[in-house]
Amino acid sequence: MKKYNIQHNFEFTSIITLYAQWIREGKLKVNSDWNKEMGIKFTCQDPCNIVRKTWGDEMADDMRFVIKTIVGEENFIDMVPCKSNNYCCGGGGGALQAGYPEQRRAYGKVKFDQIMATGAQYVLAPCHNCHAQIEDICEHYGGHYTVSHIWTIMCLAMGILGENERTYLGPDLQNFGL
Amino acid sequence: MTVPIELDELDSEFKAAVLEKVPAAKFDLCLTCGTCTGGCPASDLFEMDPRKLVRMLVLGLDEEVKKTPWAWVCTMCARCIKQCPMEIDIPKLVYNMRNSWPREKRPKGIRNSCDMHIRSGNAMGVPKEDFTWTVEDVAEEIRETQPQFKNLLVSVDRKGAKMVLNQNSREPVTEPDELSPLWKVLHLVGADWTYPSVMWGGENYCLFLADDEGWRYILEEFVYHIDNNLGAEMVVNTE
Repeated sequence: MKKYNIQHNFEFTSIITLYAQWIREGKLKVNSDWNKEMGIKFTCQDPCNIVRKTWGDEMADDMRFVIKTIVGEENFIDMVPCKSNNYCCGGGGGALQAGYPEQRRAYGKVKFDQIMATGAQYVLAPCHNCHAQIEDICEHYGGHYTVSHIWTIMCLAMGILGENERTYLGPDLQNFGL
Repeated sequence: MTVPIELDELDSEFKAAVLEKVPAAKFDLCLTCGTCTGGCPASDLFEMDPRKLVRMLVLGLDEEVKKTPWAWVCTMCARCIKQCPMEIDIPKLVYNMRNSWPREKRPKGIRNSCDMHIRSGNAMGVPKEDFTWTVEDVAEEIRETQPQFKNLLVSVDRKGAKMVLNQNSREPVTEPDELSPLWKVLHLVGADWTYPSVMWGGENYCLFLADDEGWRYILEEFVYHIDNNLGAEMVVNTE
């Protein structure tokens, strides 16, 4: 909208900012008790478009606040580098549909190695491009992590994730809380 | 015999054309330090990297710059400009390289998604009616099967809702059950929200296609619908 100088009356925000705000205000009652004993480890992908290119580290920090709240601070491991300095997953800019899969995967090797170095079982990727690419490179390079949405883990943490809403959970959590 | 390059005689038409659109791109200020290239996962793909690309541009190798498929494997992630001491705008250069390809020669996958977005408001080409039907169907099932959410309210084009949410078109098309976790969160916090029926797809393939006209059209339609038909205070980009 800025690019084309299109005027608008609404405010533009991200669901991640709102998750963080609702948790801080006490409206969203969620915690990490469910993961205390299991200690499942999570990392997250900072999508270039919402972090580096739009809202910066403030967004990255909100995202970490939300994720640490729902999985436990001790169960969150950041990639290096991260936040505004994060590596793109290699699926952005239309790469998933550009017709150069070999190059796209070579690009994604950087991200794959970064993820594997965290040892995390789950990668939370709040962007559909990142999500699809990180899943694809996992399969391609023989990784063992699961890519999930924040909303999935958030509902899991609150005990309200339905049986049919578990496409993006690994076998370890398929039946958890049912 | 080697011939020295006469810098004063260089004809860098493409550079001039990009600079006219993006005056702040500052290609001539490149120090050739290579910070961009060192931190770019697309370096070496198609034997290209960001520093080399800027050199080629400055030296007027216009045809080579305009035809390299590297334009489509660089993701315009902007890590290069973020690190660049001179803030050379390589992502905008790549955008304009993409834009210089005849539209019909740009990657078909991206082009089709952009075309569908222009036609139907989302990259997967879901008609408005189907979107509304899917959303209502999934919501009804939750109300019936999950007592805690028997009052779950999900709507499309509800006038006066405080928030409008966009939605990636993958869920309604291929995995509708993935729509509902977010709805439950919104329900629990008492959010007053709706989906728009116009340009509801959260994705943006016209940007990736470097289709200025298409991208602008999508945004204008979207903004008009929100401001004039729905009157929402806030637009929320979802996961």
